[in-house]
Parts: sequence; C-alpha cells; structure tokens
Amino acid sequence: MANQAMPFSRSEMLPPEPPPGSAVGVVGWLRANLFSSIGNSILTILALALIWLVLSHVWPWLAHAVWNADSYAQCRQIIADTWGPDAGGACLAVIRERWKQFMFGFYPIEAYWRPTLAFILMFVALAPILFSALPRKMLWFSLIFPGLAYWLLWGGSIFVPIVIYAGFAAGWLGFHLGARASAAFVAPLLAAVFALVWWFFIASPLINLLPDIGLMPVQSKQFGGFMLSVTIGVTGIAFSLPLGVLLALGRRSDLVFVKAICVGFIEFIRGVPLIALLLVASFLLNIFMPPGTNFDIILRVIIMVTLFSAAYMAEVIRGGLAALPRGQYEGADALGLNFWQATRLVIMPQALKISIPGIVNTFIGLFKDTTLVAIIGLLDPIGLITSIRANAAWNGMVWELYGFVAVLFFVCCFGMSKYSQYLERKLRTDHR
Amino acid sequence: MAITEAHSREPFRLGMLLYDTRYRSITIQIIALIAVLTFFGWIVHNTVANLHALGKTFDFGFLGQRAGYDISQTLIPYTNDSTHGRAALVGILNTLLVAFLGCVTATIIGVFMGVLRLSSNWLIARLASVYVEMFRNVPVLLWILALMAIITDTLPAPSAFRGENASASMLFGDTVALTNRGAYVPWPIFGPGWQVVAGVFILSLIAILLFRRYAHARQEATGQALPVFWISLALFFLPALAADAVVGAVTLDVPTLQRFNFEGGGLIDKSLVALWFALALYTGAFIAEIVRGGIQAISRGQSEAAGALGLRPNRIMSLVILPQALRIIIPPLISQYLNLTKNSSLAIVVGYADVRATLGGITMNQTGRELECMLLMMGFYLLISLAISSLMNWYNSSIALKER
Repeated sequence: MANQAMPFSRSEMLPPEPPPGSAVGVVGWLRANLFSSIGNSILTILALALIWLVLSHVWPWLAHAVWNADSYAQCRQIIADTWGPDAGGACLAVIRERWKQFMFGFYPIEAYWRPTLAFILMFVALAPILFSALPRKMLWFSLIFPGLAYWLLWGGSIFVPIVIYAGFAAGWLGFHLGARASAAFVAPLLAAVFALVWWFFIASPLINLLPDIGLMPVQSKQFGGFMLSVTIGVTGIAFSLPLGVLLALGRRSDLVFVKAICVGFIEFIRGVPLIALLLVASFLLNIFMPPGTNFDIILRVIIMVTLFSAAYMAEVIRGGLAALPRGQYEGADALGLNFWQATRLVIMPQALKISIPGIVNTFIGLFKDTTLVAIIGLLDPIGLITSIRANAAWNGMVWELYGFVAVLFFVCCFGMSKYSQYLERKLRTDHR
Repeated sequence: MAITEAHSREPFRLGMLLYDTRYRSITIQIIALIAVLTFFGWIVHNTVANLHALGKTFDFGFLGQRAGYDISQTLIPYTNDSTHGRAALVGILNTLLVAFLGCVTATIIGVFMGVLRLSSNWLIARLASVYVEMFRNVPVLLWILALMAIITDTLPAPSAFRGENASASMLFGDTVALTNRGAYVPWPIFGPGWQVVAGVFILSLIAILLFRRYAHARQEATGQALPVFWISLALFFLPALAADAVVGAVTLDVPTLQRFNFEGGGLIDKSLVALWFALALYTGAFIAEIVRGGIQAISRGQSEAAGALGLRPNRIMSLVILPQALRIIIPPLISQYLNLTKNSSLAIVVGYADVRATLGGITMNQTGRELECMLLMMGFYLLISLAISSLMNWYNSSIALKER
C-alpha cells in the first residue's frame, strides 16, 4: 500500500526560472538591439567604425583648442609648439575675440545691456503664453513688451512707444463711446477712426512737443550678429501667426472675392523664394512707396519675412481647419454663435492644437531663414563669418566659425522642436 | 419654410446691407474689392511717379542688349557678347540643372536615411536621427557656405596630384579627381555613329516597358513572379553597352594630369558641387522624416496580414507597405522638391550662375532695371511652382482613395 505511488499533483506554482543570461541585462540588450543577426552585426561594426573615425578627428581637434591668440597663424604656431607639428587644433580664439560681434554686431558697447535686457524680458513676456499655469495678469506685460523692446533696441524718446500705445487707448475709448449707439457697427468703426486719427494726425506733433527723454538712439545698420537674427525672427514669428490665421480663414471663406485675394496672396508668396522677396525689400519697396519715403532696412526685412511665413502659416492652419470634423462647425452654429464667436471659442482652439507641429516647423524655418539677410548685406552671424574670413588675421578658417554659428542655430531650433513635442503630448486629449 | 418665405418677401432696405447676413457678405466683398484696388492703384501710382523721378522707363528692351559678363558654367553656348536674355536663359537652365541633380540626390539620401531611422539596430537608428536633426536644425545657407569653404580650403589643388609620392590621389581607378577647383570626372564623347547606340538605348527602354507589362500579366495569370527589377536593370545597361562595344562610337574621356591642371574629362565646378550636395543633404534630412512618417503611418495589421498570407519580408515591403506609404509620402515629397528649387536661389553665395545670379544679380546691377528683372525672375519661379503644384494636385486626385 505504502509503495503504491501516489498520483503526483503540485499544489503551488513553481517560481519562474530566471531568463537565460544572454537575454537580460546589458548582454541581452546588446543582442537584441545591436547584434540580432549577422547583417545587423556588420552594420553595428560599421557604425562604430564611423563614430570612431569622427571622434578620432574631432576630439583631438577640440582638445588642442587655443583660446588666446591674435591671428590664425599664431594659433597654428601655438598648436605646433604644444602638440607637435602635425597636430591639428581648433583656433577658438577667433570666437573669443569676436564673441561680442557675433552676439551684438556693431551695437554700441556701452548699450549692450539694452538688447540683453530685452532678450531676458522676452522670456518673461513669453512665459504666460507658453505656460498656462502662470497668472493671467502677466499677459499685460506681454502686451506692452513689443513697445518696450522696440524702445530698448532702437532707443530714442520713451514717448514714441507710449504715444503709439496711446492710439490703442484712443481706439478703446472710441469703442466704448460707440457701444452706446444703437447700431452695432458704430463701435468698431469709431474705434478704428479714433485710433487712426490719433496715429496719423496727433501722434507725430505730440511726440515733437514732448521732451526727448530716453535712451541713446541706435541705428539699424549697427544691428548685427545673433541679436539681429533674434529680432527679425521673433518679430516675424509674433506677427505671422495672427496674419496666417486670418489668411487661412479667408482661404476657407464663402466670400468668393475675399477667398480669391487670400489664395492669390498665399500662392504667390509660396511660389517665389524668400531671397527674391528680400531683394524686393531692398531694391523695390522704396519704388512702391510714395516718393521720399525712406523705410528702415530692418523694418523692410521684417515685413517681408512676416509676409513670407504668414503664407506658410496659413497653409498649416488651413490643414488644421480641414482636419476638424464638420460636426464642430455645425455644433457651433447650432449654439447660435456668430462667425467670430464660433471661430474664437470652438474652431480655432482645436484647429491650432492640431496644427502645432506645423506651426513650430514654420517658426523654425523662419528663424533659419533670417540668415538670408546676409545676402542683402546685413551683418547677421553668417554675414559676420564672411567678413571675418576676409580679414587677414583670420583668413582660411572654416570649421571654427561655421561650427560655432551652426551650434548656435542648432540649439535654438532643436529646443523649439523639442518644445513642440512637449506641447503636443500635453495637449493630446484624444484617448487612443 | 414659412419663415424664410416671409423673410424673402421683405422689401429691400439699405440697412439690410449691414444687418442681413445674406447681403452683408456682398457689402464686405465690395469693401474688400475697393480696398484692394485702391491699394494696387496706389502702388502703381507711386511706382510710376518714382520711375519718372528717377528718369527710368518700363521696358524689356535690355534683354536684347549685350551682356558683357562671363559665366563659368553654362549648358548652352554663351560668351560675354551674348545678350542679357541669353544670360537669363543660361541662369534658368543652371537653376533647373542644380534643382534636378539636388532632387535626385536628396531622394536617394532621404529614402536611405528614412529607412535607416526605422532600423532595428539601435546604433544605426541613432546615427540616422543625428543626421536628420543636424541638417534640419541648421540653416541651409550655412551648409552651402560651409561645404564651399571645405572644398576650397581642405581639398587638394591639382598640383598635389603630381609627382612620385603625391599627397593626393585620384579615385575610382584614376578616373575621378576631387580638387579645390571642383570635381574632374570622365565625360562621354559622342563620336560618329552615336545615333546607333542611342537608338539601341531607346529600344531597350521600350523593351523594359513591354517586359514589365508581360511580367505583370503573367503574374496575374499564373501567380508566378519574375525577377522584374534585375531583368530591367540588365535590359537598361547591357544592350547599349554591347552596341557601343561593336560600334565604338561613345567613348569616355578620362581626365589626366598635365603640367598645370587636369586635361580632358569634364570639370564640375566647385560652386555646383557645393550647392548640389548642400541642398541634397539638407533636403534629404526632411525627406528622411517624410519617408519614416509614411512607413510608420501604415498600420501594423497590414504587414501582419501580408505575413499571414505567406509573403516574404521584401515582398511585404514592395507589394503591401510601399504602395500605401507612397500615397502619404509623395505630396510632401514634391513640396520638398519645390523647396529645394527655391533654395537653389542661394547659389549666388558660392558664385554659381543660376537665374537669381544672372538675371536677378549681374544683369540687374548692370542695367539698373530692378523692376523688370524682379518681375521676370519671380515669374519664372512662380511658373515652376505652379507647374509642380498642378502636377501634385493631378497626382493626388489620381491616387486618392475612392471613398463613398
């Protein structure tokens, strides 16, 4: 009885065996990701060889960098003395010597604090727009920032931006006076009339009357370096988004003529290269204006860059508008919202959210395109490189200068694209 | 229904232009029309006044005058005695040349890198994304200038190829020399009888078409697939090469080092090389992203279903994934081609004579006819972009999924 085998039955689960050593940890990761097949192993080895090739050239070059020298020849001399005659090394002394020029161009040295302050304040102004957690009252600062930045950068009397801003106050006053009238169109009409009368007839004599208290004026031709890129880029970005929204709405409008204007504008701008528009800005804009008008060159460039990216922005936003389900439009209509209410409260928030990646890509493109101003003779970082390379002391330098500017742009553009990815994740509300 | 009837029977009053949505749109459009016409009228008025003040007229007669400047790289015969019009034509052809070369190269680079970014090999995927981010986030102008500087300052001069132990050597079996003046490459010379070779080549193209049709019909009928790609490739090269071997009409002229410089072969100017590859690498990064996005957009179920049908991986790619991915890839791809063409207008910074450098550059400065030159130049770019976008619309409607 006793040796009659009891049928075996396990009463508890066996603990799982640990996976084989080749499938976990570093070895497992390597096998899965780098050496999963013979072909993959060969690719991995080739890639490692490539990385080694690049690093073996770049690392000594950076390690031998010279920061203190007066010319390229002296740099090479120092490197040859220290590391032997065949050693290569970066001559970063040129960056050190020209750092201020790269940042500010020929802006007066004693006024460097002004663009710096404007740059810092820009982040304060941007913060409430980018991060919704911040108090809404900060948006008032965002509103006054453009005038403040203009005053800081170009200097002149403090009353110029104040008087121009007062035009908005005049418009607001007109709106409130008109709001008492029975007809609904009176209020916006009065607002426009008040503001325009203020800007065209009152502002200029008033500025002349007021005392000239303010900062030392700086001329546009003294602008340069990275500051110029940021000025053009940020202004273009700030104005092209609202303009692009209007163009996109116009393109989808039922009003045949308005639609035709918008389509014509967008297709024209998208059909010609930016450099052609910049040439128009530098050669032709004065011909198109009343005789005697003399526009500031940076202002002309900003106008053209803004129009250019507004057309691209319009196409991006049109894509967002087209991607919205029809029910959203019909729902807004069913609630009795008029066109602008529906657009502002229902359509645009969703359409803009869909188009965020495209909008940020347009911003990045705009910022990169600010370098084209070098071709019409403005001294942005690339224009400065050309002039530095023409200088006898730094003749023949390639990698240091282009590398430096490339890194500057890379940091900005890469940062923007990472922010757009963050925003996309944050705003994603569908549950896929 | 009754309400609208009553509404429409209401007599028209002037106020309805503002308050009735049916008429308000007309008001708005008329106002917009007047505003736009006023604006253009104002600009034309200013332009006429300004041109008059400057003592200029508006005519295109300068296109028939002698240009008087040299262009280093031309596709059609041109001397400095030619007219401004001919210089503009040289520029247009040069623009089209660099745009074509750039588009082809960018597509190859982009597709390759886009596929590599999806590689299961971690390192390769990372390297490909480093390439993409590096080129996408730095202005193309910088790449053009940097490439030009690299060619000028780091490639060897032709004299470096001379001597017993020369410091530089030619590539691909002594046929290609990369120098700081540009690339010296073998160049075909069309001797007498080249028409025979060309005819054979055209016949082989027709043969490829017929063969593909036959292979398709055969696969539909029997289910057996022929190695279409390899046979097409053989048909493309072999007959023409064989014909040339018999006739001996088309020969390759290989550059050889003479006393001061390379002789023979063809010189691809360094400005063209720099522009071509900078544009191709830059646009290639964008194309890589488009290709990656297109392939990733095809749902996993498609490849799994194809696998369940018993297709091999490369057949899954060519028969199931790619035909669907191309529908997503092609439209943005074409707009990248358009961008590349427009970016080629940066040629002036490396001294490549494209339409912006000849018509919108030297001709404009010499004749002082900014308005006419700009109009012509923008008209040319507009024409190209409208042609390409109508092509794209046609393609889009031809491949669009027919739904509902």
